[in-house]
Order: sequence, then C-alpha cells, then structure tokens
Amino acid sequence: MDNVLIVGATSAMAAAVARRLAATGASLALLARNADKLDTLAADLEVRGAARVSRHTFDALAPDEHAAAIEAAFDALGQVDLALVCHGSLPDQQACQDDAGTALRELAINGGSAVGVLTHIASRMERQGSGTIAAITSVAGDRGRQSNYLYGAAKGMVSRFLQGLRNRLYASGVNVIDIKPGFVDTPMTADFDKGPLWAAPDKVAADIIRAVEKGRHTVYTPWFWRYIMLVIRAIPDPVFRRLKL
Amino acid sequence: MKLSGWGRHPVVDAGQACPTGESDALALLASLRDDQSLIPRGLGRSYGDSSLAPLVLDTGNMDHLLAFDTDSGLLRCEAGVSLATLLQVFVPRGWFPAVTPGTKFVTVGGAIASDVHGKNHHVDGSFSDHVTEMRVATPEHGVVTCSRSEHPELFHATAGGMGLTGLILDATIRLKRIQSAAVIETTLKAANLQEALDLFEAHRSATYSVAWIDCLTAGTAMGRSIISLGEHADQGALVAHGSQKIAVPVDLPGALLNPLSIRAFNTLYYQRVRRKTSTARRHYDPCFYPLDGIANWNRMYGRRGFVQYQLALPQDAGVAGLREVLTRIVQSGRGSFLAVLKAFGDGNANPLSFPIRGYTLALDFKLGAGVLELLDELDAIVIDHGGRLYLTKDARMSAATFRRCYPAWEAFAEVRRRYGADRVFHSQQSRRLEI
Repeated sequence: MDNVLIVGATSAMAAAVARRLAATGASLALLARNADKLDTLAADLEVRGAARVSRHTFDALAPDEHAAAIEAAFDALGQVDLALVCHGSLPDQQACQDDAGTALRELAINGGSAVGVLTHIASRMERQGSGTIAAITSVAGDRGRQSNYLYGAAKGMVSRFLQGLRNRLYASGVNVIDIKPGFVDTPMTADFDKGPLWAAPDKVAADIIRAVEKGRHTVYTPWFWRYIMLVIRAIPDPVFRRLKL
Repeated sequence: MKLSGWGRHPVVDAGQACPTGESDALALLASLRDDQSLIPRGLGRSYGDSSLAPLVLDTGNMDHLLAFDTDSGLLRCEAGVSLATLLQVFVPRGWFPAVTPGTKFVTVGGAIASDVHGKNHHVDGSFSDHVTEMRVATPEHGVVTCSRSEHPELFHATAGGMGLTGLILDATIRLKRIQSAAVIETTLKAANLQEALDLFEAHRSATYSVAWIDCLTAGTAMGRSIISLGEHADQGALVAHGSQKIAVPVDLPGALLNPLSIRAFNTLYYQRVRRKTSTARRHYDPCFYPLDGIANWNRMYGRRGFVQYQLALPQDAGVAGLREVLTRIVQSGRGSFLAVLKAFGDGNANPLSFPIRGYTLALDFKLGAGVLELLDELDAIVIDHGGRLYLTKDARMSAATFRRCYPAWEAFAEVRRRYGADRVFHSQQSRRLEI
C-alpha cells in the first residue's frame, strides 16, 4: 500500500489508517472538508514518515466538485493502491424524523455522496486495472432499528452499492471491501457512554489494513460484531417490532 | 460523567469537551459564560484533583506532530501528543525524550504543566528545561507564543503551572540521540539511608538514578534501598515498545494491601537482589515504565483509591530531614508498597516547578482512617526543613501549606491575572489552594 487516497481523511478512523501507513513510508492523497485540520493532519503524517502528502478540500454536500477533487488526488498519486472512503456524520434520528429536509441532507452525506465519490473512484480504478476500494459503512446498515434507521438506511444503501461494484470490478482486478465498524470511540460519538463493546479507532485501522492485505470483501470490526449482527438479523420481525433497539 | 485523577480520589461529576483542533478549542474558550471555568486535561495521570473541574477540556484529539528537525532533534507538536506516541515514532529513528516521568501515558501538555522530572533530573533538569517554545491560548491576550526570551514570564509560569495560565496548544521540545532502545542498568544495594544517599553522591555522573526505599523497617536498617543506575546502551536495535500485556480488570479488594502484605512485599523486594552490585541490559520500556505494562494498576488499591505523597527536601536538610520523615512513616506502619527516593539536581526558574536541589521521596497511601492526619504531620516536617510537596501528586494539602512550599506563588498569581487566566482556568486543586 504505497499510494493511498483517503476521502474524509480527518475522521478518527481515517487518520488512524493514515498514521499507520505513513509510518511505512506511503504516499497519501487526503480529501477533507476543513482545510485547517487537513493541514495539521498532513504535517503529522509527514513527520511520521509519509513519502508525500497531497491535500484536497472536499465537501460531501457539493457533489459538483467531487469529480475534480478525485481526479486531482489520483493525479497527485499516479498509481492508487487503495482508495478509502471514510467521510460521514452521525445524524440525530429524532431530528430526521421531525424534518424531512434534515433526513434528506443526512442521507446525502452518508449515502448519496459516498455513492457519488465511489462512482468517480471506480472508473479511475477500472482503467488502472488494479488496487482496492474500501468504504466505511456501519453495522447499523444491517437492519433498520428505530434508534437510528436513517443512518442505517444510508449505510445500508452504500453496502448494497459496494456489493454490486465488487461484482462489476471483479473482471478488472479491483477488489472492493465493505468495512462495517460497530461502536468506535471517536469525536463523532463523544457524547455516548462507553462500554466494553467500544473500540479504539486504531484497532479499526489495523483491521482495515489487514482486510486490504488479505483481499477480504466484507469486514466487521472489531470481529465480534459479525456474530452480534448475525443474531440481530436473525430475530423474526414479529419479535423485533417489540424490541427497543 | 464521573472523573478522577490516577489516584481515583477524589471523584467528581464533570462535563467534558473534546475539541478536535485548535480552532475548535479557541471557539470553546470564547464561548464560555462569565461564571464558567475549566481545566485542560491530557491522559489524567496526575494523581489528585489537578485535572478535575466542573468542565474539563480533554486534549486527546489535539495530538498531531507538526514538524521535526532531524539535525537539532527539535520537535514541534500539539499538546495532546503522548510520550508513548513520541517513543513509537522516534525511537526507531534514534531519538528519545530528553526527560521522561515514570509513565509514558502522559501528554506533552501535561508534562509541561506538571514540569515532570525523571531519573536524570540531577544531570538534565526537568521536562520544561528541554522546551524551547510554546503557544498558549490566554483569555486576555489570545494565542501567545512564549519562550525564555519572548513573554518569558508566561513561559515560566506555564511550565509547572498546572494548566492554570491558559491552554497549551503546541510546544517545541528537544529530543536526544540514542544508539539503542536498550538501557544498561546497574543495581546497587544500600543497607540504610545514609548508605543510599552516599551512593547517589558517588554516582552523580550516572545519567539515570533512582532508588526503591523500604519505608517499614526501623532501626539500623531504616531506609534500606535498592538503587538503579542507567545509561542508554551504545549499540543495539532501535525498537519501540509494544502494547500493554496485562490489565487489572476490576477494583481489587482494598484489604489486599495491608501492613502485613506490604511488609512481606518490601522484604521480598529487598532480598530478591542478592549481590551488592549487578548489571543487566533491558529495553527502555520495563526500565523506565515498569507499571505501564499493567493497565489500570491503580485499581490495585481498591475502590476508595489512594493518595500519592511526594516531597522534596533541600540538600542541607539531607539525611536528618529524611530520617525524621521516615521515622514518622515507619511509626505509623502505613508505609507504602512502592516508595521511591531520588537525588535532585538544581531547580529551575519556574515559580511552581517542584524539583529543588536535594532529595525527593514519593509514597502511595491507600485511603483509610488516619492517613490524612499522618500526611498533615508529614507536611509540618517538610515545611520545617524548607521542603515542598509535588502539586501533581497532591489531593489534600492546605492553601497555607502550598504558600509555604512555593514562596513564588504570588509571582505566579500575578501572571495568571495579567493574562486573564484567573477568570477562566480553575481546577478543583486551584480552588482548594486558593491560587
């Protein structure tokens, strides 16, 4: 993984991946919304040993600018071994229920913009004929639950999109990975009470890198979420309806 | 949420803000109401209440390395960077922190605010002596860049200033060259206090020196010690430390540590070393950070937690002063599990920095009846001898004791006022000590 493109690079999980790769001397192209935070992260990665770091501002809600940003990032790297899509937000479910505008906006950030970005990335990778595309979705996408089904719907859409993309890009030698984290202790989840199921971003980062190296397709991280979600998915609907999940 | 220092006493209800960058942090400071105050907090390794307040600014997400000069070893980094990170990034390249405390789980900001010392204080001074510049967010004058020549009063007050002069945003610190991750450790046995102090004197030129001291044995063997001397090895692999291996998963019953078990431990620990002198080659991790290998070791003291007590006595108080302190501790029978003795070199110009030329003794006391009274008695002995107590370990000293320990407190308070920090930056400790 010498040349890596990261969308939403200043998010905690993305930054943890970038730091691990910087230590191995990788070249990185970073896309993120906040230019100051992007500069700080780029400096950090250079000190940690990244060969080259290019910065590209990116706003999930400005889809007209996505193609140019992705093109610039690909051009900065030349060859791309891994394109990692990490941007997102954690919507307030109640606000999304009360206001359709909010719901559509969150759907655009967590679902639509990911699909758009992945479409741009996919055509470049297809032409290149090698490499890995990985996107961070969520265990929330595995089944709609009343506590966060808007987020779940957006992430579930991206998961299904990745499934099809994997199928399409198989012939061109590009692997597509769906990364499904459970609870991760990041600034996005700062307000939650943390329990034993919570993982550190660096743990997730290690899992992501291993998944790329091993050519995996769908990865639950930490690993035990695969089994938790197996149970959640298996609960019959008449029972599930009554649960407060 | 419930928050405490490393000693797990006291515990307070605190709101926590986790800014993800400098602009977030500055916006947070600007948004405080007149009746709101806060204290910055790094990894929460100070023992008492110095990182506790109704609102705590967690610097954990401000953890970026900003620039490194491979010729001079000068590193600029954000305040939330931990020493563990520094070691991981820089040991493989042959660099090491110029000063490190007994745990690597402290942030650079915390190390400056406590002006921490290490086993090399007698030759290299304390942490801030290797800081060349800081950027501090102050309520009155905004973000101020300070150094020994630029706003020196803010620089000196911030170093050792317990986070009370403003928010340290980033700092430039000097790393030192190493050839190997290994340390050559020499272990010496001292049969009593005088012998221990003589050994420190005889080994003034050793880079690292520290002693474990038995605080339970009276009579001619009082103060028997095991002294460790260390030098970075000349050659060997430059491999950083790995991850933590074991953890204390739950609060152990407090009764596990009682006078009997502590006495048994102390005797075993002393007798374990058979020879008068021995030498070993060890990785820096077990050598500098023996307790870091056990996550949450502070749970060993049970649910009620513990207090650390660290005192410094000036050189001329020497053996007489230490003997008086030890005698009182031995009498109490509450001697601590791991007591540490070290000879300090010269202190620095920071009004609240702890080290002064002389000796320092650090002890843990499990909380229980009579402990706080014992510590009050020890306070009186320390003050009588012109000594002082370490604010980073403190959870209970009085405002009067603080003022006698730190005669420069007024100069510190003046800097606080000048930068408007007395309006915004307060910890439970600063309220108690009326700083």
